[in-house]
Amino acid sequence: MAMSTGLRRCGRRLVASVCNNREVSFSTTCQGNNVIQQLQHGQLQETGKSLNLCSAINQALHIALETDPRSYVFGEDVSFGGVFRCTAGLAEKFGKKRVFNTPLCEQGIVGFGIGLAAMDNRAIVEIQFADYIFPAFDQIVNEAAKFRYRSGNQFNCGGLTIRTPYGAVGHGGHYHSQSPEAFFCHVPGIKVVVPRSPREAKGLLLSSIRDQNPVIFFEPKWLYRLAVEEVPEHDYMLPLSEAEVIQEGSDITLVGWGAQLSVMEQACFDAEKEGISCELIDLKTLMPWDKETVEASVRKTGRLLISHEAPVTGGFGAEISASIVERCFLRLEAPVARICGLDTPFPLVFEPFYVPNKNKILDAIKSTVNY
Amino acid sequence: MALSHLKSSSSRSNLLKPLATAFSLRRPISTSTDPLTIETSVPFTAHKCDPPSRTVETNPQELLSFFRDMARMRRMEIAADSLYKAKLIRGFCHLYDGQEAVAVGMEAAITKKDSIITAYRDHCTFLGRGGTLLEVFSELMGRQAGCSHGKGGSMHFYKKDSGFYGGHGIVGAQVPLGCGLAFAHKYNKDDTVAFALYGDGAANQGQLFEALNISALWDLPAILVCENNHYGMGTAEWRAAKNPSYYKRGDYVPGVKTLDLGFSEEFSGHLPGDSFEYAFRAWLESVFLNEMKIVDGMDALAVKQACRFAKDYALKSGPIILEMDTYRYHGHSMSDPGSTYRTRDEISGVRQERDPVERIRKLILAHDLATEKELKDIEKELRKQVDDAIAQAKESPMPEPSELFTNVYVKGMGVEAYGADRKEVRAVLP
Ligand SMILES: Cc1ncc(C[n+]2csc(CCOP(=O)(O)OP(=O)(O)O)c2C)c(N)n1
Ligand SMILES: [Mg+2]
Repeated sequence: MAMSTGLRRCGRRLVASVCNNREVSFSTTCQGNNVIQQLQHGQLQETGKSLNLCSAINQALHIALETDPRSYVFGEDVSFGGVFRCTAGLAEKFGKKRVFNTPLCEQGIVGFGIGLAAMDNRAIVEIQFADYIFPAFDQIVNEAAKFRYRSGNQFNCGGLTIRTPYGAVGHGGHYHSQSPEAFFCHVPGIKVVVPRSPREAKGLLLSSIRDQNPVIFFEPKWLYRLAVEEVPEHDYMLPLSEAEVIQEGSDITLVGWGAQLSVMEQACFDAEKEGISCELIDLKTLMPWDKETVEASVRKTGRLLISHEAPVTGGFGAEISASIVERCFLRLEAPVARICGLDTPFPLVFEPFYVPNKNKILDAIKSTVNY
Repeated sequence: MALSHLKSSSSRSNLLKPLATAFSLRRPISTSTDPLTIETSVPFTAHKCDPPSRTVETNPQELLSFFRDMARMRRMEIAADSLYKAKLIRGFCHLYDGQEAVAVGMEAAITKKDSIITAYRDHCTFLGRGGTLLEVFSELMGRQAGCSHGKGGSMHFYKKDSGFYGGHGIVGAQVPLGCGLAFAHKYNKDDTVAFALYGDGAANQGQLFEALNISALWDLPAILVCENNHYGMGTAEWRAAKNPSYYKRGDYVPGVKTLDLGFSEEFSGHLPGDSFEYAFRAWLESVFLNEMKIVDGMDALAVKQACRFAKDYALKSGPIILEMDTYRYHGHSMSDPGSTYRTRDEISGVRQERDPVERIRKLILAHDLATEKELKDIEKELRKQVDDAIAQAKESPMPEPSELFTNVYVKGMGVEAYGADRKEVRAVLP
């Protein structure tokens, strides 16, 4: 299969190939940590080592700091490596003036990043969990997004990149599980990017950092240690606003992003067994998104299913659905299906019911194809 | 100042010597309510107000209840740790052991008509408000008998009938809410106040200052309690705060600190760096290991005194900040071993010299209110209470699946799910 995240999810039961430790941790004992340590000691020089998503991000940050002396990494606990260890080794290598801890103050952190970026620097900001981005919502929506527009292009904060881990992890509960991407897709001036795998994460993060617009980069924390694949050692970038057909098919188009793709991939696999051929698309950039690739696919298959973890109402799936109905109304053979999180707060003990798991997707594939 | 000040002022004899005792030696455990006066060995430090008196009124019964309540909390948190390791508690879980004196001392000074709001480290505050062990363990394990019916988990304990407003996950967000509670208290004109608790890390959130300004502007009976356990996750206070004298951070708002470590005077103004950190550690160790015989922030009596003072003050003159110098023994949460950013010596030093439960135990023994064996028996009984509560909690069922859709909105405006596997949702308007 085209996508090789090295991970298989059956519903929400994980059969992990790397490490089962899904705890948020100051010092995890996973294999991923060894990779980071090796990186720090410069032992990992050959191209294309197997890396997990966390290490791939770490590598991208190393490259970003190395290639641009005007780039900075900061956030809560980042100089210690961050709670997920994504920034491990950076402070040691690049010094405390370029990689530093901030106090606990998200609004301040992002505002500070905007100011830093306004003077032609690259501010790579970490918000510890996507759930904690809301104290910074005003800075992002009102300051970052509109700086260029309202100053008639005199100023901008294009050097700002906000990295933040999002999504379900099994038992994160209300404030360590949310997927807030849709809020930011409602804000022209901001780009929203979500990678699905280590190789993608490295290339997309480097593009996001170097993009001339402020970018929010949502990292699927579920995959930090679980997703492992070959990641080229060198500096490379993957294009933003370009979706990718990661599996070709003829009966139905499936669109998703980030960690959800591995659930969808499983559903495709099962549908295949029942004779349904699915085309799976990774949107990668949600704002501005690649309508053409999705449109071309739906013109071919005549059916569309979108899946994301965020609640269905007002989720980004709604936007995709509306746009595709506009463009492909006569070609559609069934209503667009959205298999998403339920319209409830992210629950603690009910997570298995809440999440758009493989079976929900599989049922929807079948009912859409048999409509 | 305080380092030298502490050297001269802290002495073991102060702790052991009753200032005024109006009881006779007796057996068994004293239940007397005859007044007993105990002096805190270290004075309070105040900002823009006169400090409370060092002389604390108590009685044998209160001291024994302090012991019992804190030992129960301690046992509960240790048991939660085991349950977590046994995977019976999942997700995020923040333990309070080490900080018990704050919860217990605060309750001793106020009534259940006063309200309390705190962050996610909320198990013991809940217990202090009259919550039961069964409710705690059930909630931790996501069961119906939990204080939030299994829907909240460790970070979201509440108890409406005794004014406990929870249990909040977003750092700092509970403080403005606390000021809103204070406004309501003021309106009610019933001489009640709101206590808003937050950590040293939370103290750097902007909304704290917004809340303070509003409270001061309208003279709200709001008491902001900074539980300074010296770390916000892995970040030592001095790394995050230019001025770690949290009781002074309100500027125009008065503040009281239950102990002045001399931290800010000696260390603010220094830029954090490696050599600084080293010096800081050495200083901390010398203070914790050698000097801290009696420490108010870990002393339920001092906390009680400060909270009583603050309540009186707030009712008359508006908001006030209390800084509680305290310490958490566990890591930040269950995935943090708690030993990467602080030394094991530091932790064991605090345990040996400042432990809130041990402090009260010593006090009880020194005043001959109970024997060592009697206190041990109490602990044994508490251990059994905890074990029984856990066994009972395990019997409690998980919430009904339909509960996923309740309480999103008020009944009748609810979101409903339907369809074969409940994957379709609709909002119902009244
Ligand atoms: C807005 C927000 N940012 C970050 C976090 C993650 N976080 C949870 S607790 C914590 C440290 C808080 O430290 P402190 O206020 O000192 O409280 P303590 O844990 O010591 O009781 C952090 C950074 C959060 N929950 N909310
Ligand atoms: Mg703290």
